[in-house]
Amino acid sequence: MATETFRVLVVDDEPGMRSGVQRVLKAFRVSLPEEETQVAFELSEADSGEEGLHLIRTRPPHILLLDHKLPGMQGLDVLDVVAREHPEILPVMITAYASIETAISATRRGAFDFLAKPFTPGELRAVLHKAARHLVLQERAARLAKEKLQVRFQFISVLAHELKAPLAAVEGYLRLLQQGSVAPGSPACSQAVNRSLERLDGMRKLILDLLDLTRIESGHGRSKPGVVDLLEAARRSAEGVLPQAGARGIRVNVQSGPPVLVHAGPEEVDMILNNLLTNAVKYNRDGGDVEVTVAQDSQGTRLRVRDTGIGMSEEEAGRLFQEFSRIKNARTRDIPGSGLGLSIVRRLARLYGGEVAVQSCPGEGSTFTVTLPSNIPWAESGIASPGPGVP
Amino acid sequence: MDKRETTILVVDDDEDFRLQMKLQLEPAGFRVATAGSEIEAESALAAGRPDVAILDVMMENMDSGLVLCHKAKKRYPDLPVILVTNVVGDTGVLIDLATKDERSWIQADAVLDKPVRQEQLQREIKRLLKT
Repeated sequence: MATETFRVLVVDDEPGMRSGVQRVLKAFRVSLPEEETQVAFELSEADSGEEGLHLIRTRPPHILLLDHKLPGMQGLDVLDVVAREHPEILPVMITAYASIETAISATRRGAFDFLAKPFTPGELRAVLHKAARHLVLQERAARLAKEKLQVRFQFISVLAHELKAPLAAVEGYLRLLQQGSVAPGSPACSQAVNRSLERLDGMRKLILDLLDLTRIESGHGRSKPGVVDLLEAARRSAEGVLPQAGARGIRVNVQSGPPVLVHAGPEEVDMILNNLLTNAVKYNRDGGDVEVTVAQDSQGTRLRVRDTGIGMSEEEAGRLFQEFSRIKNARTRDIPGSGLGLSIVRRLARLYGGEVAVQSCPGEGSTFTVTLPSNIPWAESGIASPGPGVP
Repeated sequence: MDKRETTILVVDDDEDFRLQMKLQLEPAGFRVATAGSEIEAESALAAGRPDVAILDVMMENMDSGLVLCHKAKKRYPDLPVILVTNVVGDTGVLIDLATKDERSWIQADAVLDKPVRQEQLQREIKRLLKT
């Protein structure tokens, strides 16, 4: 558990009050198990508003315990300055006149909480517990927002690169044609045109994958969940990859047998299967095999797609499901792909409370397993639950 | 020098760049050999000395081209090497041969930015073949 120390400044003209706060805070720790944090406090004191502001300006505290009635400058005036100069400080007003008017006026000026004089050590601890929790949560939220922003930024810069590359290639071919280095109608010309079309096709697939990804992420446009026969969906998906598989003598075999039913969106199931089967063909060897099997028990459903392809090392498998993390080596060099397919599969599996994993051996092949729990958490995933009458 | 004898080794992990070099250099009378990675390039260099080597800087590693350039020059000290790069756009690293200091560590005879302009490339090749 991490320990954090928050600075507390107490501004009160009564020495008894300051030493009382000192005694209470000395050994006091706030533990926030859900945040895995323990908070300690470090106290400093001021006997007037002016002295308090001086301390705030030299070393701003996290929490300010501020007396309402002070000899010179009044508590509310100090509060105004703090709100203006240090809005990150949490001010707690100490007031002898616990009137609603004071409370409202102080809240308007940025007070986080109140302590009515005379207060018990328990009340003081309760207020500090609340303030510490607020500060820890605030810090955490800020950190998460920053991390998210960084991931987003990285994603966009890689995406920009992935979109720029095909444009540069097509531009290169067009220039060759423009300069006349490649004669119209020559074999070189059709080579240039074919490659340009391939690159544009790859670019379109990237954009479509990107749209899938944003759709999943935003929660819009999901197909209505219903009962889907996984084997039937797998057979349809296998038919879809047949042209590419046939051209390279790869056999695609889907387990036969009675329907295996799952609750899911049909489009999402198709997306998972299409991505896995396309990969199983793309990264296979000529004359290889693809095998799709499904197993179901009380725990849930396991979909397996096994190929006899190039496989990958453990280290490569570790980063396989990240966006744009295509494994780059001599064997994958000329295989086109958006680098988003498996990250889409993972997002979809997780959407249904499931997971996707890979087992692989370089040179022998890979097996991708998608597990879906039998109780798909409809509510948490934000998908409307299947209507009555659905088994 | 007889152009038909002249072999240019093009090293780039981008298949399209390799093909584009072939499509523009072959009609100009050069023989073009290609390699798609640092390792492939090393075996190509071991197999024989090309007349000019054109190396992409960023391949499997950020500095693949620089490493290759170093190795190529070690094997064939007088082999003319042209580095091609779009490194500036991708990483902000700028490579040029303006200062003596940079020439001494980069070792290349010319640096061209991608997209490579045809006249400029042919001019550089001619210049390097003369010396």
